[in-house]
Amino acid sequence: MTNNSLDRFDFDVIAKWIAPGERVLDLGCGDGSLLKFLAEQRNTHGYGVDIDPANVLACVGKGVNVIQSNLEQGLAGFEDGFFDHAIMSLSLQTVHRTVPLLEELLRVGREAVVSFPNFGYWLHRQAILNGRMPVSKDLPYQWYDSPNVRFFTIADFQALCEEKGIAMRELKAFDEGKEVTEDPNFLASLAICRLGRD
Amino acid sequence: MSDKHSVGVVSPLKAHFAEPIQLASGATLGAYDLVYETYGSLNADRSNAVLVCHALSGSHHVAGHYADNPKNIGWWDNLVGPGKPLDTNKFFVVGVNNLGGCYGSTGPSSINPATGRPYGADFPVVTVEDWVETQARLADCLGIGQWAAILGGSLGGMQALQWSLKYPERVRHALVIASAPKLTAQNIAFNEVARQAILTDPDFHGGNYYEHGVVPARGLRLARMVGHITYLSDDQMGEKFGRQLRQGVLKYNYDVDFEIESYLRYQGEKFAGFFDANTYLITTKALDYFDPARDFGGDLKAALARATAKFLLVSFTTDWRFAPERSREMVYALLHNNRDVSYAEIDCNAGHDSFLLDDAQYHAVLGTYFQGITV
Repeated sequence: MTNNSLDRFDFDVIAKWIAPGERVLDLGCGDGSLLKFLAEQRNTHGYGVDIDPANVLACVGKGVNVIQSNLEQGLAGFEDGFFDHAIMSLSLQTVHRTVPLLEELLRVGREAVVSFPNFGYWLHRQAILNGRMPVSKDLPYQWYDSPNVRFFTIADFQALCEEKGIAMRELKAFDEGKEVTEDPNFLASLAICRLGRD
Repeated sequence: MSDKHSVGVVSPLKAHFAEPIQLASGATLGAYDLVYETYGSLNADRSNAVLVCHALSGSHHVAGHYADNPKNIGWWDNLVGPGKPLDTNKFFVVGVNNLGGCYGSTGPSSINPATGRPYGADFPVVTVEDWVETQARLADCLGIGQWAAILGGSLGGMQALQWSLKYPERVRHALVIASAPKLTAQNIAFNEVARQAILTDPDFHGGNYYEHGVVPARGLRLARMVGHITYLSDDQMGEKFGRQLRQGVLKYNYDVDFEIESYLRYQGEKFAGFFDANTYLITTKALDYFDPARDFGGDLKAALARATAKFLLVSFTTDWRFAPERSREMVYALLHNNRDVSYAEIDCNAGHDSFLLDDAQYHAVLGTYFQGITV
């Protein structure tokens, strides 16, 4: 899943966390829609990273800076703290090296913004109870063709951040584009959070 | 690609420069000619000019063919033409044979006006910096104040990069393909083998072979054979030739046994038939010397801080002569200077020579990038 399929509400939340003129990095940038949106809304100077040739082409077509690279190989080329925000919009669940990449995000970025589908969403739980892997708007793939390789819930992610000393500065959860404030781990299909190091 | 996408019949032009040029080596060249070709039309704003820089064995003949020799098709004809990725309906494209070349620009085989004989060994070593300087003079002469883009592969990419550093205000976009910010020791080593092959050829005569009516063909052949090995990937050589025998049986002598031997001999032979050995020597030196970070204590990021152009870099996964890592060095140096830069790493099995092929993704990236350039 890339942010090609994102609705604007996700973009809006992220844009609110970005100050005008910031330097941003979008890892797994897809077709460059988010970076283009941020450039338009926040006058950001951004770079995307994606491995998929079609996405690289789409970014070039949008005039979005893109670097074709495999996220699994880390971010060694990037200097410490170069970016105001390092973003992973619906791409964290597609990489194997979850923890090293989270740590890299917070090395190259002053803050990180991470959004991910919540596998703990009640409809997903219901699907499992019915004996099938969940398929939904935010998890639109069948088990056999999913690019997702990590399956986790909002609660799982919160626990991981705590364990790794990553500060979750803000978390917004959504169901069908509507913000969820109560019991997001059950009621939200998508989470967007702002991370830092305290 | 059908004929309607070809620039068709083209003719080389020649510009004479009477003002002497001081070269990076300290030597001065009194006067010189540059041959060039142009495709498409320069617009009224003079904002649509694209310079295509050539690599080791290339020339000003980038696209189209000659009326008297329809088989002599430009070396990047698959890229340049009406409706092609570098679209001559939109852009005014210029190809130039570099100083020191052997396709009509002043070079070692040209007559030295001081002696009335070919320059030979007296022709000075020229560098990428010198080429950019002479290209800038050609741009002045063509009335091109600023290039919409400068494009080059391999050594041509070094020229595009050097332009962006020497004349940042004269380059809006730099497209640096299958290139490197400097050669590695291994690259220089291959060049040195090639040079030694030429320099030790008895027909070289210290570079003044023209007067003896001979050419150091054996040396040039070997140089090209070594070069050719480095332009191809191991995989592709394996696929194309494997261990196939030329005549089906081992011969137990030193004639051609394997297809790869035949291929290399053919390539070497062909090249030695038309290329000038002194130009080959000079060009490999220009490659070896290029290192814009040298004046910055090896700090490429500091060296590239002067550039203001937007960049597209492209590398090829199987290119071990100018490996993707070398392109990435430039990408990160530009990025950390806050320059606009995009980078595509094309999955193509043809090694360094991939940059001359028409791989679909490669040409789509270039075409899309050129479409996005406003003129």
